[in-house]
Amino acid sequence: MTALALENINKSFGSVDVLKDISLTVEPGEFIVFVGPSGCGKSTLLRTIAGLEDATSGRIEIGGKDVTMTPPAKRGIAMVFQSYALYPHLDVEGNMALGLKQAGEAKAVIAERIQGAAQMLSLEPYLKRRPAELSGGQRQRVAIGRAIVRKPDLFLFDEPLSNLDAALRMATRVEIARLHRELGAAMIYVTHDQTEAMTLADRIVVLRDGRIEQVGSPMALYNDPANQFVAGFLGAPSMNFLAAGQLGASGATLGIRPEHLTVGQTGRIKGRITHVERLGGDTNLLVTTEAGETVTVRLFGQHPHCVDETVALDFDPRHAYAFDAQGLRIRG
Amino acid sequence: MNKARHNPLNSAAAHGALILYTLIALFPVFVIIINSFKTRKAIFAEPLTPPVGDAFSLIGYQTVMKQGDFFLYFQNSFIVTVVSLFFILLFGAMAAFALSEYRFRGNTLMGLYLALGIMIPIRIGTVAILELMVQTGLINTLLALILVYTAQGLPLAVFILSEFMRQVSDDLKNAGRIDGMSEYAIFFKLVLPLVRPAMATVAVFNMIPIWNDLWFPLILAPGESTKTLTLGSQVFIGQFVTDWNAVLSALSLAILPVLVLYVIFSRQLIRGITSGAVK
Repeated sequence: MTALALENINKSFGSVDVLKDISLTVEPGEFIVFVGPSGCGKSTLLRTIAGLEDATSGRIEIGGKDVTMTPPAKRGIAMVFQSYALYPHLDVEGNMALGLKQAGEAKAVIAERIQGAAQMLSLEPYLKRRPAELSGGQRQRVAIGRAIVRKPDLFLFDEPLSNLDAALRMATRVEIARLHRELGAAMIYVTHDQTEAMTLADRIVVLRDGRIEQVGSPMALYNDPANQFVAGFLGAPSMNFLAAGQLGASGATLGIRPEHLTVGQTGRIKGRITHVERLGGDTNLLVTTEAGETVTVRLFGQHPHCVDETVALDFDPRHAYAFDAQGLRIRG
Repeated sequence: MNKARHNPLNSAAAHGALILYTLIALFPVFVIIINSFKTRKAIFAEPLTPPVGDAFSLIGYQTVMKQGDFFLYFQNSFIVTVVSLFFILLFGAMAAFALSEYRFRGNTLMGLYLALGIMIPIRIGTVAILELMVQTGLINTLLALILVYTAQGLPLAVFILSEFMRQVSDDLKNAGRIDGMSEYAIFFKLVLPLVRPAMATVAVFNMIPIWNDLWFPLILAPGESTKTLTLGSQVFIGQFVTDWNAVLSALSLAILPVLVLYVIFSRQLIRGITSGAVK
């Protein structure tokens, strides 16, 4: 049995095709992350899975049942929204109980599930508070709690951390990973933040212009990208793309990750440092090459390089990726 | 207010202007109320003095009370205003929700059609409305007035409310859908409470013209049992003699109920439970 199966999903708004022939299978207990730039259709895909949008064509299965025509509440899903979307007129307990009450659960069951979720998320002291009396992080925990009490087959997260500050984002990310281990349910998580994607996902789905570009584990995508888009999207700072001809390599473009470039006296790429970013643990150099291309170099540790210094860069060919003119990877 | 930006002179000028405007706006009301407590002679001799000593008289109120049906007029006005407001808010909010929430063919056209009513005064259609009411046998009923006022108030209500409903977070409505709430439950339990300030605005905008209207009661419901307060007060205004005491007393009394309604709605205007719903 699969947690979710999408078959040839298409979605158009009028004449605009937002999702184009998307097929995907999610196994039970898997953590899937949809990433992609703004407007790539990742949120629309999530909302289509949730049943908040109807697919123009295609078939959706959740937990082995065809739910293409099923309303959201009966799909066995729970969703956490970017803006939390808590009911402002209900207290924390009421927010978590509403879905269960609508489903006609017994009072004792509802109380027990709320108790469990509150304990898991350390929300017990706040059960009688209204959303307005909670901080951003607490509200997000209530939103997650509201999803947990429904005991869904599939959790859907729509950029849940983007409204939190950096420190809280990190803590909540860890918490979501812990919840995933404890609950063991399949989760689909939409984000544009590649750190979240890399750290949380069992498998990442990279989307662009309504199409799936590549699916795979974070390290598989990082080490073995199928095309230039995926290679450039994952990794920070992002991969350098250089015209292949000047370096004597095959294909149209050569991709080299910033950490795979070495700085020395001799090297195939000569250039001038235009900017230095010192992060303590890392030092990032922006180098303008003689060919006029800008290259990022990531050095581990602290280095005394300064602006306007002339440097020569080199790389190990085993760590270079060749792409053809269409941006497809040339392997071999 | 921020101390650094606080300028006592500016603040005094602003308050001065506001106080002046308040005085100008309240002056006619004040004159009506003080004169309603005076004898007829005092009203004409010294209209601006307060009702003290010989000038004080309750004759106006006594006349109004003796006229007998005045409580009925009050009741009629109140029923017409409250029921009309209820329907304007209910149907206006429902139409606004549909226009702002659902994608369907002709959505924009429908919105424009509904907004057209703001520009065309309903009184242009008085003759047609009268014929319609005669044919449906609704003449001399409160229902006739309620229907007309509801139609009159809907365009602006739809226009204002749909603008506000567009601002209600989609996530909140979708959260409701995932929790299994029906579209009606989402509308009544989630959206309406969040647009309450807008509803109060619409209510206040519509309430005063309906309460004060003389035109439609005179044409559609002039019967004794369906007279509204404004129409009822006209009995004291004659072609040759006008009972000013009674007119002023009736008007003073007519202010009270709208004042109460206004206080109720304006409290809603200020209160807002939207904070904390999103973000």
